[in-house]
Amino acid sequence: MPKLKLPTKSPHIDMTPMVDLLSLLLTFFMLTTSFRPQEAALIDTPTSISEKQTPDKNVMTILIGKDDKIYFNIDNGRDTSTKVRANLLEEMGKRYNIAFTKEEIAKFSKLSSFGLNIKDLKKWINAESKDREAMEVGIPTDSTDNQLSWWVFNARLLNPDADVAIKGDAEASYKTVKKLLDMLQEKKVNKFALTTTLVKVDIKASDIK
Amino acid sequence: MAEIIQEDSGHKKGGKRRPKKHSTHIDMTPMVDLMCLLITFFMLTTAFSKPKVMEIVMPEKKQDKDIAPVVEAKRTMNILLTDSSRIYYYIGIADPNKLPLPDLIKSDFSKDGIRKVLLEKNKKLFLSIDSLKQKVLKGEVNIPKDSIDGAIKKMKNADHSGPIVLIKSNDRSKYKNIVDIIDEMAICNIARYAIVDLSKTETKMLDSAPR
Repeated sequence: MPKLKLPTKSPHIDMTPMVDLLSLLLTFFMLTTSFRPQEAALIDTPTSISEKQTPDKNVMTILIGKDDKIYFNIDNGRDTSTKVRANLLEEMGKRYNIAFTKEEIAKFSKLSSFGLNIKDLKKWINAESKDREAMEVGIPTDSTDNQLSWWVFNARLLNPDADVAIKGDAEASYKTVKKLLDMLQEKKVNKFALTTTLVKVDIKASDIK
Repeated sequence: MAEIIQEDSGHKKGGKRRPKKHSTHIDMTPMVDLMCLLITFFMLTTAFSKPKVMEIVMPEKKQDKDIAPVVEAKRTMNILLTDSSRIYYYIGIADPNKLPLPDLIKSDFSKDGIRKVLLEKNKKLFLSIDSLKQKVLKGEVNIPKDSIDGAIKKMKNADHSGPIVLIKSNDRSKYKNIVDIIDEMAICNIARYAIVDLSKTETKMLDSAPR
């Protein structure tokens, strides 16, 4: 009696549709992605009902950490050819008599926010990215050595139409914020964008009796 | 290597060697692996919900010789903020030469706290803005979003009965409190508000206020 042969199925699965789908997804994510900027400190922003989007480019951000440390960040302006960051570092170097090398300036223009005394900035630029966080102790803002105000001043000179955004932690004290606002107003910045997280609040006309 | 060659020669037994038929299937497993990895990477690094911003415009710093703008006392509502998210308000102007000083009324950030007070004061403007928004929502009026904002702005400018809110805070409050109170202004459609400094009288009032 001949043995009944069961048709053996090939162990190969046709993966073409799967590959199709994956490549589609991959293309989508690659095109839509905008990398989350690496930030010096974890900042938990307060909530508001504002639906206005954060500007993409040409923005100067001042970050206030939970412990009232102040960080500063500026992007390269309208496009990378304006080289705001590189020029800013050069200007600040001149002011504080620190000579930054070409490599350091190039490296700095690719980095993000920083929060430390300019005297340590050279070390910070050359440090490994994992060591940088420990070095950030906040930009000095006391009246004897108000470095933040010089950063803002020079940034305003180089890029006068940059928006000023303040990204403060909900737990930061108002004292620090007030000092910052006063300083910015001295530099003729009267319009601020406070970074917040969207939380919807609905009130109806019937709520008012 | 050598072994393979030996084996090969062993199979050649004079007969015609047929070219081995290659399967049309390509093993896509490594490719799929790589793709999954890349997708995971992009999915995790991408930031979809961009943070929002709340815009505030501060009055320009006035010189000492400038005269402070005169505000109608009965329209003025002062909101004072202090530590542990405490919030007080009073109507009118606290003038040390005009005793008695207005009483501070305690409130809070909840739905029935300061929002209720603000809505009560700003009822007229809020209702007219709300009815416009409702009409747009129901499709009774068909106007683009930009002109809605413009129309609301016009309504706010034309309003002369709503409160003028002065937000004052001492150094002990948190950044969150300030943002929350500005947010309340946006929620209640307050047309006129400003963040100003505490006067000496108000500092004293705040210090002696009941907890």
